[in-house]
Amino acid sequence: MTQLALVIDLNVCVGCQACVTSCKEWNTSGSAGPMVDQNPYGTDPTGTFFNRVQTFEVGEFPNTETVHFPKSCLHCEDPPCVPVCPTGASYKRKEDGIVLVNYDKCIGCKYCSWACPYGARELDEQQQVMKKCTLCVDRIYDMTMTEDDRKPSCVKACPTSARLFGDIHDPESAVSLAIRESGGYPLMPEWGTHPANHYLPRRKTRIKIHEDELERADNPLKVDRQLPKPAMNEPTLDDVTTW
Amino acid sequence: MHPAFSVIFLTTLIGAAQGLFLALFTAQSYAAFKLLPQPDAHAFYGQGSFLALVLLVAGLVASFFHLGHPERAWRSAAMWRTSWLSREVIVLPAFMGLVFLYGLAHWLDWHPVLMTLPGGLPVDPTAILGVAGTLLAFALFICTAMIYACLKFLSEWHSPLTVVNYILLGGASGFTLAAAFASVTAPELVSFLAGWATIITLLGLVSRSASLYRNARLKPKSTLQTAIGIKHPRIVQKTQGFMGGSFNTREFFHGQPVAMLRGVKWFFIVAVFPVPLVLLLSAMHGGTAVLAVAFVVQYLGLLAERWFFFAQANHPQNLYYQSIA
Ligand code: SF4
Ligand code: SF4
Repeated sequence: MTQLALVIDLNVCVGCQACVTSCKEWNTSGSAGPMVDQNPYGTDPTGTFFNRVQTFEVGEFPNTETVHFPKSCLHCEDPPCVPVCPTGASYKRKEDGIVLVNYDKCIGCKYCSWACPYGARELDEQQQVMKKCTLCVDRIYDMTMTEDDRKPSCVKACPTSARLFGDIHDPESAVSLAIRESGGYPLMPEWGTHPANHYLPRRKTRIKIHEDELERADNPLKVDRQLPKPAMNEPTLDDVTTW
Repeated sequence: MHPAFSVIFLTTLIGAAQGLFLALFTAQSYAAFKLLPQPDAHAFYGQGSFLALVLLVAGLVASFFHLGHPERAWRSAAMWRTSWLSREVIVLPAFMGLVFLYGLAHWLDWHPVLMTLPGGLPVDPTAILGVAGTLLAFALFICTAMIYACLKFLSEWHSPLTVVNYILLGGASGFTLAAAFASVTAPELVSFLAGWATIITLLGLVSRSASLYRNARLKPKSTLQTAIGIKHPRIVQKTQGFMGGSFNTREFFHGQPVAMLRGVKWFFIVAVFPVPLVLLLSAMHGGTAVLAVAFVVQYLGLLAERWFFFAQANHPQNLYYQSIA
């Protein structure tokens, strides 16, 4: 079994939106396109996107952290959007676990979008069919591309390498390794959708320093009390002498 | 959720039609057991079925406005194994067909005795069509309601009360319509039908109040913390990733002030239950105009009820779309 997925590292994402534009560019001209915009230059522009980067602020000023959060279809292993589709237009591929919509079968009833808790599906206003991330299924198997290019467009575009792509069912893949060793987690686990895409948390490098590592407890000068112990804010020998 | 008028009309119109059909066949069954006088079958059952059929067709037409590709609607019968929507798409035309045949049999006064039940009760084609139609009417109520009730993360809908409400509210409006219709075509049945309409409306009041009570106390399972997976009590969205609207901001938000929601709620509570109840009780022995008003008021109330049903449902995806910047 193969389950292709993205692993998105929130520790690295800088919210530059490169994946958003790269996704739109590839897919609007690819087999999932066009992804038409309405009113692109008007007051109320709107359009279909497979991938959005949102920004959240965590904490209270001044202790805040800005988290950029890329969001697209998570290719759930138990996708609630698929069984509800009355036409069978929405389906999950057995061979690689990608969840797709057949645009020739979709009647645009929007029921699948109601059944996705993540808001990952968008109805194309012009074509009136449901659209969503395809994991660049028209790219990753294209043998006319070099191996390096056979990756989703967003992964290729990310300047910080915040997006990893691979098979999460292969325990040795880079994505499995990242999930296992860097704390990868799924979104809204409470609904049992088992998203294939995972997110890596913010990580900080911290070291724990014990007091006796700063001040030697067994300092012979201290033990013998032969010299007056200098106060902590007194200059040290290093400050007052040149060796 | 954003209430779509196509779906509001679909569910209320076919609900009334199913209720009307059930009322017709209930009356026929009582009459068969000699518990009610035999009405003019041609006029009451025949024309009544065609009235139900008109409502069903109107509902079906309304539903097409919900689709992006109505010309492909036939495809939606494919996934009946998994999708309640697909099941509804199959049961609705089947029910329409049966209502048509049932009405036609009565219209043509086609009553050959096919067999006799123990006790000497003759069975004619209308009885068989009526039983089948009754089963399909209930199946259709269940399919329609399960479309909503099966979505587990829409907790306002994910409850058996949704199914009970669809059955009782559709039944109430159908029996009220049947009473109004009987006052013209079969006056001897008015008190029977108005009586049942009263009882079903009262039951509907109980179950709808129960769901209002339940929904007012729901605690959302998903939070911003589970949505983005960060453990911190204070998270605010700074941008949803775009400045204009998107499908996600249009489809899942009703966009109305709280006062509007509250107003619609009180309107439907008054228009679906007490007003028709008073009118039904006052017209137990006839009064076409009063009964017609009872149906119209109750139907308008049900439109508001369905609007509120959609508007009240809070989709977890809304957590991701809270701030434009
Ligand atoms: S994220 Fe939504 S659209 Fe994608 S597979 Fe999961 S439920 Fe379906
Ligand atoms: S909108 Fe299309 S893909 Fe979604 S449930 Fe309806 S027919 Fe299926």
